[in-house]
Amino acid sequence: MSNGFAKDQEFLLPASTGFIAFSLFVAVMLNWLPWHGWALALRPDFVALVLLYWCTHKPHRVGIGIAWLVGIFADVADASLFGQHALAYTVLAFGGIVLHRRVQMFDLRQQSMHVFPLLLLSYGAYAAVHWQVRGFVAWEYFLGAVVSALLWTPMTLLLQALRRPRRDPNEL
Amino acid sequence: MDDTRTLRFFNRGPSPVARLVFFSVLSVLLLFVDSRYQYLESTRKVLAVMIYPFQRLTALPGEAIGSVAVYFETQERLLAENAQLRQQHDADAAQLSQLQAIQAENAQLRVLMDLKQRVDYPMQMAEIVYVERDIFKRKLFVDKGSQANVLPGQVVVDDFGVVGQITRTYPWLSEVTLVTDKDHSVPIQNQRSGLRAVVFGSGDINEMALRYMPVSADIVEGDVLVTSGIDGTYPPDLPVAKVTRVERDPAYPFARITCAPLAGVDRHRALMIVSGLPVLPERPATVETTTEPEGAKKRLKRRKP
Repeated sequence: MSNGFAKDQEFLLPASTGFIAFSLFVAVMLNWLPWHGWALALRPDFVALVLLYWCTHKPHRVGIGIAWLVGIFADVADASLFGQHALAYTVLAFGGIVLHRRVQMFDLRQQSMHVFPLLLLSYGAYAAVHWQVRGFVAWEYFLGAVVSALLWTPMTLLLQALRRPRRDPNEL
Repeated sequence: MDDTRTLRFFNRGPSPVARLVFFSVLSVLLLFVDSRYQYLESTRKVLAVMIYPFQRLTALPGEAIGSVAVYFETQERLLAENAQLRQQHDADAAQLSQLQAIQAENAQLRVLMDLKQRVDYPMQMAEIVYVERDIFKRKLFVDKGSQANVLPGQVVVDDFGVVGQITRTYPWLSEVTLVTDKDHSVPIQNQRSGLRAVVFGSGDINEMALRYMPVSADIVEGDVLVTSGIDGTYPPDLPVAKVTRVERDPAYPFARITCAPLAGVDRHRALMIVSGLPVLPERPATVETTTEPEGAKKRLKRRKP
């Protein structure tokens, strides 16, 4: 992997609003697939990953407000308490925005190391709310944060590939 | 030159910290209101209707795989299954004719003894749309909602036993909390000895616990626990769980009893919603209105899963 590629220095198409919305929509759909049993424990949080990607790469387009809104829809779909996902995604988006310059200085492997604690924090916020309201924590839930962090590299590669211009701009 | 603050050429609105604080406080406020009060139920319903088509869309791949699997089912397997079902049907039919005779006899005896007649509970078929997607909760969604007159509090059963209870209804969906949900309680009766107790969910999909039973309680492994029906929510005599392990340690005041739920949510897609809640006698009119009913209401609310 060339460093320049990861550092976002290659020419990428400006992310259109439609593309951002579409990527978030696909992530939500992936989260809503009928996972259950062990697959549910290991399921990466696709929405968190895509939100974090946009918060670190386009912090002025996708911020805390959008993360919160997506979280509210996730709360309705999962029948969790209103604000549970919203709080987790708010914390995540804040972490992404604060670290966005720093994250882009590293290559993808090192980026995953930055992303993992952010995801852990967001998972922790969700679990803490649950613990406050219902009084117990399912520890296997945190496996999802590990899987999500591992998925950071392929997901970034995929989104970068989709943002690259189709045609060579130098050809006449 | 002393001023090292970053110059803000472009006004980008409030700083991330301000936004973080604002949205966190908003979330915590919503959490508080949602966990204590019922004000947000209508908002939830509106949003649920908005995302309903997408939720059905996500269930499509699974359904497609299921229909492809049915297409490739071999003939021998179908024949074997058919033969087995036929056999089952014959056995059931024999038992059913006995049951009818016994029911008639029972009704007659009840008339003779001047007891209240038992009622049959109308049932409604529903299909599982999807199973729990949140690891903390034991919930599932079925495809009948308030448009099909499903009400919160109704009981969901499959052909083996009680699956759970409807806890929230949307226009075309309803949310079922499983009996294995953490601290979900079902009043039961031991079918063998008639002992009444309450069985609690453990949060684990195939385990339930019978708490607060004295060491000397008449419960052995293999006992079937059925609903007792004295709570006014669960109709009587629906199988709930089977006792799998009994530990009697005299050092503790209570015996440790583990049960396995009889109904399986991962086995099939069709469930039954038992619609007819028993009609309770009218509450006698109370004179004192301020303190007592409020307390009773609160207690009821907290027991709800």
